Amino acid sequence: MSRQIIIPFGPQHPVLPEPIHLDLVLEDEIVVDVIPSIGYVHRGLEKLVERREYTEYVYVAERICGICSFVHGLAYCQGVEGMMKIEVPERALYLRTIWSEYSRLHSHLLTLGLFADVLGFENLFMNAWRLREHILDDMEATTGGRVIQGSCKVGGVRRDISSEKLDQMVSGLNELEKEMKELTEVFLRDSSIKSRLCGVGVLPKKEAYEYGAAGPTLRGSGWSIDARKLGYAAFSKLNFEPVVETQGDCYARCAVRAKEMFVSIDLIRQAVQKIPDGPVEVKVTGAPDGEYFTRVEQPRGELVHYLKGNGTKNLVRSRVRTPTFTNIPPLVAMLKGCELADVPVIVHSIDPCIGCAER
Amino acid sequence: MTYLSKSPWLLHYNASSCNGCDIEILACLTPMYDVERFGIINTGNPKHADIFVVTGSINEENKDVLVNLYEQIPDPKVVVAIGICAASGGVFRECYNVMGGIDKLIPVDVYVPGCAARPESIIDGIVKSLGILEEKRTAMVKGIPVKPEMNTAVREAGTE
Repeated sequence: MSRQIIIPFGPQHPVLPEPIHLDLVLEDEIVVDVIPSIGYVHRGLEKLVERREYTEYVYVAERICGICSFVHGLAYCQGVEGMMKIEVPERALYLRTIWSEYSRLHSHLLTLGLFADVLGFENLFMNAWRLREHILDDMEATTGGRVIQGSCKVGGVRRDISSEKLDQMVSGLNELEKEMKELTEVFLRDSSIKSRLCGVGVLPKKEAYEYGAAGPTLRGSGWSIDARKLGYAAFSKLNFEPVVETQGDCYARCAVRAKEMFVSIDLIRQAVQKIPDGPVEVKVTGAPDGEYFTRVEQPRGELVHYLKGNGTKNLVRSRVRTPTFTNIPPLVAMLKGCELADVPVIVHSIDPCIGCAER
Repeated sequence: MTYLSKSPWLLHYNASSCNGCDIEILACLTPMYDVERFGIINTGNPKHADIFVVTGSINEENKDVLVNLYEQIPDPKVVVAIGICAASGGVFRECYNVMGGIDKLIPVDVYVPGCAARPESIIDGIVKSLGILEEKRTAMVKGIPVKPEMNTAVREAGTE
């Protein structure tokens, strides 16, 4: 057996936009063990729920993560509404669906771009982010915020989208879809990308489930599990199939994200067609009492919010289980046996969002 | 901009930020805003950097990392605090693991407010910092020391 050495990776590292620390145990160039350590972004905002009124905490929930902020707000609002048995107006549910799919589009373009950057394909990175700006423009036009929207509230949404704007958004997406096709073709067909990704960081189907992988990481290993199929918001009224790839390697996870973007565009189109007229919010009175679990599909996988109230204006407990947190054990499994030079690619293939994972 | 005589490189560190400001910094470097046309490059190596861009507030785990990075950047250097969290802790101010703005640990030259800070204001802040960087460089050439005091008390005291 050759000599073992430990190489620290992070918390500040050229390929990491966020701080996570991995101790890589190497034998020659091969990673034999990985010891992750986290806590660099831990803020402790679950405890803040005791100090904020339940209607105010939406803003904090949205700031769990700046990339999937709308989905966090949505999950929290759903939890409180479930606890208080509030009937949210149909139109608000559709608007929430549209915005959460927009979040998915922007998040997937972001992560594919960063993935290209890690691969050393700078042009592709810039192109992905160029397309992402179109999504953010629509987000800003409809909610007022680029990355943190603040448009979801307990009892509905804060603002409506006019039908002209909805049509405009769909025609914008139709245009964007063509450019996104070109972009994803490169990810899916380019031979040098394939040679970097195929067979790298393989997570077999059985292990993916046992380690508790979530989202594209799980679907890239052959599991057709998607929390949107639970039918929250307006997803029960829309037709879609989760994107599944079976190889379980970095290429599969990249392909799941690339193909999911088109599913999202299709979902937005369907939602715009079916959206009913009516109010977008109901008046909320009283205070939440009881407990509630809510599950939604974030761009990175299944997100669980647990809320507990005691009949006062402040909740007593909020617990968030984020997909990146559950994707860390699968990541450790993927890294074992890989080459040192492949570590950044594999780390990015789970689309790590440390802000979510540590809260 | 006559004072842009050099290509300033920046080092970005996420100190317990929610990613909102971080992705906006990255957005500044990509085609829509494209600060790379001014020669501003996001480097991963503190020894290559002139501008230290920090998002988020300090906590127990990252305070040493932040000081370590700051000390590794060669003089003259400027620190830009992006977002309200880096200025004061922002919405997370009352959280148990948030010690407040980064100016408790390292000297900050420019504050860019916002939650999340918009790319336009980030660029504005960086441009302001370039002027300060140039002043520091001139002072250094003249032999005037430009080493501001670091607040080591917070580093040792820990969270209250």
